[in-house]
Amino acid sequence: MSHRSRQLKVSSLARVEGEGALRVRVDGGRVERAELNIYEPPRFFEAFLRGRAHTEPPDITARICGICPVAYQTSACNAIEDACGVTLDPGIAEARRLLYCGEWISSHALHIHLLHAPDFLGHPDAISLATRHRDVVERGLALKKAGNTLLETIGGRAIHPVNVRVGGFYSLPTRADLRPLAETLRRALDDALATVRWTAGFEFPEVELDHDLLAASEPGRYAIADGTLRTASGPAFAPREFPEHVVETQVPHSTALHASLDGHRYLTGPLARYTLNSALLPETARQAAAEAGLGSVCRNPFRSILVRGVEIVYAIEEALRIIDAWERPPRPSVEVPPRAGTGHGISEAPRGTLYHRYEIGADGLIRAATIIPPTSQNQAAIEADLRRVVEDHLDLGDAELTDLAERTIRNYDPCISCAAHFLDITWEGR
Amino acid sequence: MPTPTLAVWKFASCDGCQLTLLDCEDELLELAGRVRIAHFLEAFSTVVPGPYDVSLVEGSITTAADLRRIQEVRAASKTLITIGACATAGGIQALRNFADVREFASIVYANPHYVDTLATSTPVAAHVPVDYELHGCPIDRGQLLGTITALLAGRAPDLPDTSVCTDCKRRGVTCVLVAGGTPCLGPVTRAGCGALCPGVGRGCFGCFGPMAKPNTPVLIPLLRSRGLSEGDVDRVFSTFTVTETRREEP
Repeated sequence: MSHRSRQLKVSSLARVEGEGALRVRVDGGRVERAELNIYEPPRFFEAFLRGRAHTEPPDITARICGICPVAYQTSACNAIEDACGVTLDPGIAEARRLLYCGEWISSHALHIHLLHAPDFLGHPDAISLATRHRDVVERGLALKKAGNTLLETIGGRAIHPVNVRVGGFYSLPTRADLRPLAETLRRALDDALATVRWTAGFEFPEVELDHDLLAASEPGRYAIADGTLRTASGPAFAPREFPEHVVETQVPHSTALHASLDGHRYLTGPLARYTLNSALLPETARQAAAEAGLGSVCRNPFRSILVRGVEIVYAIEEALRIIDAWERPPRPSVEVPPRAGTGHGISEAPRGTLYHRYEIGADGLIRAATIIPPTSQNQAAIEADLRRVVEDHLDLGDAELTDLAERTIRNYDPCISCAAHFLDITWEGR
Repeated sequence: MPTPTLAVWKFASCDGCQLTLLDCEDELLELAGRVRIAHFLEAFSTVVPGPYDVSLVEGSITTAADLRRIQEVRAASKTLITIGACATAGGIQALRNFADVREFASIVYANPHYVDTLATSTPVAAHVPVDYELHGCPIDRGQLLGTITALLAGRAPDLPDTSVCTDCKRRGVTCVLVAGGTPCLGPVTRAGCGALCPGVGRGCFGCFGPMAKPNTPVLIPLLRSRGLSEGDVDRVFSTFTVTETRREEP
């Protein structure tokens, strides 16, 4: 079987966010080509952000992705506040982190239960899975709902929150407002721990990958909404140095640009965060990880489902910590008067590091914008994995091998809408 | 009676409106028992060939291939419902309609000739007949469920065509424009969100698009008197439903 030429093809990838396809060509026992094609139509955000007010990117860039709008809002705010030389009050920064926890919970619960778990249990979707394991799917949906409840309580809406602004929020809740949310999250913590235990029982194909890794990092805590950049290979660097390390290039088979870190392939997202920062996880999350068989590093992309579960546990713990200590800040936002300059912002979207850069004029209008989403950064690593996994399993028949190839892509929870909408190259505004 | 089939389609969009269906956490499993989800790539690997009783269409038309695909979706669907600002108005990506798309592509891509794109982003209704439209960026979950429920019961969905002001009154939210001095598009924007922005002390920014007969000429001086510059006023009408709200140059 390994001597003939084989083509594996999935024209429309399912259970991923956005429009993509995969193509693999095998010749004489070697993978000649392994491509993730992104044919999602481009939407040109970076072009039409020019000339917009410096207050607008949180609302506009949220529309890049309905699944991780808070990531876009946060990276945009971080970049614009950096450009304008503004620092948030501590309570406002905590509220931003709290909101972000909701997105991690909701997005990871969606991926684990509705998109990823069916692969491990031989089901085409979660509804089919529910015919055998209704309680598990219901638990997953409850967990996802808890994340959305947090997003609605702090953000005013789960998809494209309305309460976020440059400098903070339009309004912030009182301690009493947060009491029902805390109850919901306490129940969700049990569901999250049960989810980690459940996924720990899955069978994982054996593969260890050696990509470089990139994730935000903060002193003393597992980074979410801000930080500096850590890699597996070199010294840490600040968000403003991102363009010196990460370079994007266009390839013909994708409307998403491919990125490289200091000239080589790398990975961002749950595996990178966990491997670089797992020592900073608090007790409950660390214990859940240990019980699920995770060590201090995880380099098997099929096991990313475990890491997502552990990150849900962490996000709930962190949200509860913030709520327990909550005192409504004296003001919901700080003033951010515009000034001429360039700002850089990063945050950890559920799928990995999301970088924004804005050049703002003294009139407060945006001169240039650059957005580098995680999925475009991960494309080269995804394709390398695809090649490796197919080469390791050439003994499988076409249907099984195609299935495994599709699973290899789904491991990354790729956000193809993000990738296509944001790909950008280094360019200077006019 | 056979189980009705539901299909979900994506064109140029952020996936947020189809995600709204998955965000019906309490209803999803029951819904899946009452309709057969026949095509929904975001969450289902199995694809059942058409025709479909109801199609939900997210996203705007921005490529030649999608121009053909929307015709096929229409032909395969008994009832076609567009969901969200991209499908009903072209979305924020329709800002290209007022610019040079080749220049836009050159800003984002080094080799723009690899990129297949039309010069415009247009709503689905510009190309095929649409039975119902759910507005919003994103759509409202309650409105989506209400619409599916109505169709299952064989009646037309009840979709509001008043302004956000009626939502504010219903919720008892103090007027941010009159009492708070905050610029607000609520008086000219379709109801349906439940007055989310005024609820957090923010002016409506129009993500549900203009109501049937918006009295915009009366609102604009009010916006200016609440501190918006001429440029701000232009920008606030040039967002998620820009094809419906773009002010004509004098």
